[in-house]
Amino acid sequence: MITKRIIPCLDVDQGRVKKGVNFVDLTDVGDPTEIAAAYEQQGADELVFLDITATVDHRKTMVDTIESVASQVFMPLTVGGGIHSVDDMQALLKAGADKVSLNSAAVRQPELITQGAEKFGRQCIVVAIDVRKKDDSFQVVIDGGRTPVDLDAVEWAKQVVDLGAGELLVTSMDQDGTKAGFDLQLYQALTAAVNVPIIASGGAGSIQDFTDLFTQTTVDAGLAASVFHFGELTIPEVKAELKENGVLVR
Amino acid sequence: MLAVIDYDTGNVRNVKKALDHLGIDNCLTADPEVIKQADGLILPGVGAFAKAMQALAERNLVDVLQTQARAGQPMLGICLGMQLLFDRSEEFGNTQGLGLLPGAVVAIPEKPGLKVPHMGWDTNNGRTNNRFGRVFNGEATYFVHSYYVQTAAKNIAATCDYGVQIPSIVQQNNVVGMQFHPEKSGAVGLAGLNAFKEMVEDADFSRN
Repeated sequence: MITKRIIPCLDVDQGRVKKGVNFVDLTDVGDPTEIAAAYEQQGADELVFLDITATVDHRKTMVDTIESVASQVFMPLTVGGGIHSVDDMQALLKAGADKVSLNSAAVRQPELITQGAEKFGRQCIVVAIDVRKKDDSFQVVIDGGRTPVDLDAVEWAKQVVDLGAGELLVTSMDQDGTKAGFDLQLYQALTAAVNVPIIASGGAGSIQDFTDLFTQTTVDAGLAASVFHFGELTIPEVKAELKENGVLVR
Repeated sequence: MLAVIDYDTGNVRNVKKALDHLGIDNCLTADPEVIKQADGLILPGVGAFAKAMQALAERNLVDVLQTQARAGQPMLGICLGMQLLFDRSEEFGNTQGLGLLPGAVVAIPEKPGLKVPHMGWDTNNGRTNNRFGRVFNGEATYFVHSYYVQTAAKNIAATCDYGVQIPSIVQQNNVVGMQFHPEKSGAVGLAGLNAFKEMVEDADFSRN
């Protein structure tokens, strides 16, 4: 049977890995290729790279970064941030990415999802959704957490799957960087609504948070950054504990 | 020298990067003369079956791949590249494949709790009397596919259980297929590519 994936996320700013809390206060973490190789050693199942200050200038830097990572690290790589066209996707896939992730661009140009899926296959197209709780519902926020839009996250998830998204990467902004646990309610709502793999992100602080995520929801993967970057948790110890709790991991 | 068939598919260069990393002499090519001279061939693949067959036909590669495989040149198909080795696929209608292995490519049946595509790391149950089955037995590898092959049990070297038994490695003599991506499956994936290199060395095709 398929295993649950543990995915470290590398926020990349001008060719360096950075990490913030609630999307601000960036701290330098290190070189992407070195960090990626260390995570491969630890048994990470996949890596997500987010170009957090994506501009046209930085696009070339990101392509170079992926080119370098992909020549030394042999596991699935997903790249997001600042992708605005099929050409952007092609450049990253050619550099060695296996999937590209669309966030704000998916909201502004939903046709990009379909164009990407038609050209590269649905399995290549991840739609990232940043979510903030608003009363009893989940609101979509774009532009790296700056712009709330009039979209319900669960409805938006259904729409992007219809448009061709092969996977969703859903971040709870309320939880992001807090280490207070994943937003289980959000993922229960999403997994009931769509039938594509979902990567849960935002809030991982302890091994128990991963256990709760995989025993109380049917998401396919858990993503985290700070707890892994700063060595508070290691992937082998998370996986060992998950195994003990009957969660299938590699 | 291994020839990696270059026919405008997404991950061709990732296969090359993995071979480079292993120090295995290789080139990316669509040139029939280079293909004929190679010790072994790798047919990668990402995307849709019909489009890939069309891309091979446009580059006049169908005949040379069939001729070389039938002459005994070792050939490894990866993911869609493995599916292309079979007689036909029902993806978007019915499309003829290379016909180097007997069988058909069909959709993974949708079942409650099992998402399609079959995406992620899944465990292989390998036949230990097969070179590749041995390497991957009990090991998880990275899969991304919505279709799978149906072929006689004697051609199957490993399977994984995803509601149906999905052949993850197939082999008939010199023709091998891996449904997963060895170039994206970490250390064990690289060991699988190395096993193909060893098979190529044992076959010693170019000097025959």
